[in-house]
Amino acid sequence: MPRLNRDRILAVAVLTPSVAAVGIFVYGFIGWTVYVSLSQWNSFVPDLSFAGLQNYGTLFATVRFQADLRNTLIFTVTFLAACLLIGFLLAVLLDQRVRGESLFRNIFLFPMAISFIVTGTAWQWLLNPSTGVNLLFESLGLGALRSPWYTEPRTAIFSVVLAATWQLSGFTMAMYLAGLRGIPEELMEAARMDGASEWQLYRHVIVPLLHPVTLSAVIVLGHISLKIFDLVFAMTGSGPAFSTDVPGVFMFETTFRGNRFAEGAGIAVIMLALVAVLIVPYLWYGTRTAAEA
Amino acid sequence: MSWKARLSLLLSLALLATPVITGVQAGAANQLEIFSWWTAGGEADGLNAMFQIFKQRYPGTEIINATVAGGAGTNAKAVLKTRMQGGKPPDSFQVHGGEELTSTWVKTGFMEPITSLARSEGWLSVLPKDLVDIVSYQGEMYSVPVNVHRGNVLWYNKKIFDDNKLAAPTTWQEFFKVADALKAKGITPLALGDKNKWEAAHLFEDILAATLGPEGYRGLWSGKTSWAGAGVKQALENYAKILGYVNTDHAAGTWDSAAQMLIDGKAAMNIMGDWAAGYFTSKGWKPNVNYGFAPAPGTGGTFVVVTDTFGLPKKAPHRDQALNWLRVAGSKAGQEAFNPLKGSICARTDCDLSKFDAYLRSSAADFAKNKLIPSEVHGSAAPEDFATQFNDIVNLFVTRRNVANAQKALQAACVSAKMCRK
Repeated sequence: MPRLNRDRILAVAVLTPSVAAVGIFVYGFIGWTVYVSLSQWNSFVPDLSFAGLQNYGTLFATVRFQADLRNTLIFTVTFLAACLLIGFLLAVLLDQRVRGESLFRNIFLFPMAISFIVTGTAWQWLLNPSTGVNLLFESLGLGALRSPWYTEPRTAIFSVVLAATWQLSGFTMAMYLAGLRGIPEELMEAARMDGASEWQLYRHVIVPLLHPVTLSAVIVLGHISLKIFDLVFAMTGSGPAFSTDVPGVFMFETTFRGNRFAEGAGIAVIMLALVAVLIVPYLWYGTRTAAEA
Repeated sequence: MSWKARLSLLLSLALLATPVITGVQAGAANQLEIFSWWTAGGEADGLNAMFQIFKQRYPGTEIINATVAGGAGTNAKAVLKTRMQGGKPPDSFQVHGGEELTSTWVKTGFMEPITSLARSEGWLSVLPKDLVDIVSYQGEMYSVPVNVHRGNVLWYNKKIFDDNKLAAPTTWQEFFKVADALKAKGITPLALGDKNKWEAAHLFEDILAATLGPEGYRGLWSGKTSWAGAGVKQALENYAKILGYVNTDHAAGTWDSAAQMLIDGKAAMNIMGDWAAGYFTSKGWKPNVNYGFAPAPGTGGTFVVVTDTFGLPKKAPHRDQALNWLRVAGSKAGQEAFNPLKGSICARTDCDLSKFDAYLRSSAADFAKNKLIPSEVHGSAAPEDFATQFNDIVNLFVTRRNVANAQKALQAACVSAKMCRK
């Protein structure tokens, strides 16, 4: 079958560059990072002699890294919950065929077009306790709403959650809106005919049908929040007593300021593992449903 | 093969070749690439003034001004490291004298000594010996200092001090008295903005110098003074007390927003390096009129040195031009052009002081007669490994104020950075 062979050669020829590039620049470098994280390279001169898990031991014993893991968990959970909830509500409201829908859709989606650095800088100003929204509250006679925002160690991380949610809840809305528009009108009609209230309609028909959208949103937002760097770096830095520190910022400072390359690689590997915990079940689920279909 | 197949094969080959083609760039001979983090304001003006002198003396050379923005050079240093490790150094780069130069670049074999150049240019007779020592390693000089900033300065709002009939405190005991008087009037005594962490570490460094004295402070870096000892403990306790007098929103601010608090009359004092004077000048504030200055409490007679220097990387692509650049950077004309704009004093002791303002003249006088000690936060006293850990420990301490934990962590950092044995 010469025809098939020729196709195969072509397929291989076309795929080879990208396979090679992905192989080297993604998997090769992941392997290299893991290798470095197991080495003694903790000064400016490379020293790749084997150190076992020593770097990981040091990291987990560091107060700053413990704070990072705690912050990542709190940030991811609250940011995901807030984005999904707000995104869903906005989508449902827009789905009511309101006048000027496209205008509102664009307004809600627009923050996504801004880079995290800009968002971080703007929110840093907005939430600055002595110059930001606190002044606005006061002039409106709402002095009771004054807050120390990101300068209070116990609640600082929620200021970052606020900024991140502002940026990405519009994106979640767009995903949900697409999902809502994809639900056949007949299904809703049928539910209404059977006497379902609007609440029951959403609770038992629409939300379950939107599960794939929710899952995609969790994956997209989750991997952003686990790897977040630029927003935190621009907005609050490490924060008082590392209350807004995240592994990405710690990795940058450890590696490029402290010259502790092996420990920096260790942080990168742990971040990869965290994202893998989120992504692998999704891939597994994806392949399984694909096989069933 | 069909034409479509051929085309896609060709395209994929072209795709493979792109990085190879773009990777090859011809470097012209008459170029000079200078790497620094002087991107804005007086710093950039000062750098340009030095470039002008270079162009007059060595015409026909194209200067590539490679700057990376970011306070205290934190971002620039990360970029520089990747370039040096990748074997593509600039012709010369800005580096703080001291450990940032020696332990990051010299001991690791990236730099070429410039001792013979220093001799032929006569720098050794016009630079203070303490300063030459800071940029030397094993008897060889590795960079030329272009300026000196003072780290231990207390700045105060003159009007607030005059209105309340206060004098600048010379010791921490006096500071507490002044601060209590201000607090009773509802004025924030000390402005701090430590969003970037180093600002709080900077304040602690000055407290360490005050508590331990210059010799004890130097001993921290040579191993003679123990981080676990009574002196450091007392400095930490002192710091915890001082933190009771700073603005509550310090975590939202930076060093310049702290200086701005003085201008706005929201705080009375600030402890910061003398780049704060440059900030005041840019806002139209004048020394001895709007603001007063004094050595940080307890550090009179001591001068915490922060010095910017330029060195010669081994693989400098245009070595001859780089040597010419160092000649300009070390020259009297170069430093007299650069420093008044930058807001620092000359590293050379023979500069014409009439070009400088009242603050800088007083700083130059102190520089000539005080004991010079290296700054830790600004890269001179300790390796960067220790410096980043030091910032982290102080950051935690500012919130928690746990003296025992901070002291234990400082000792552990000293061991892990290989500065002290157990």
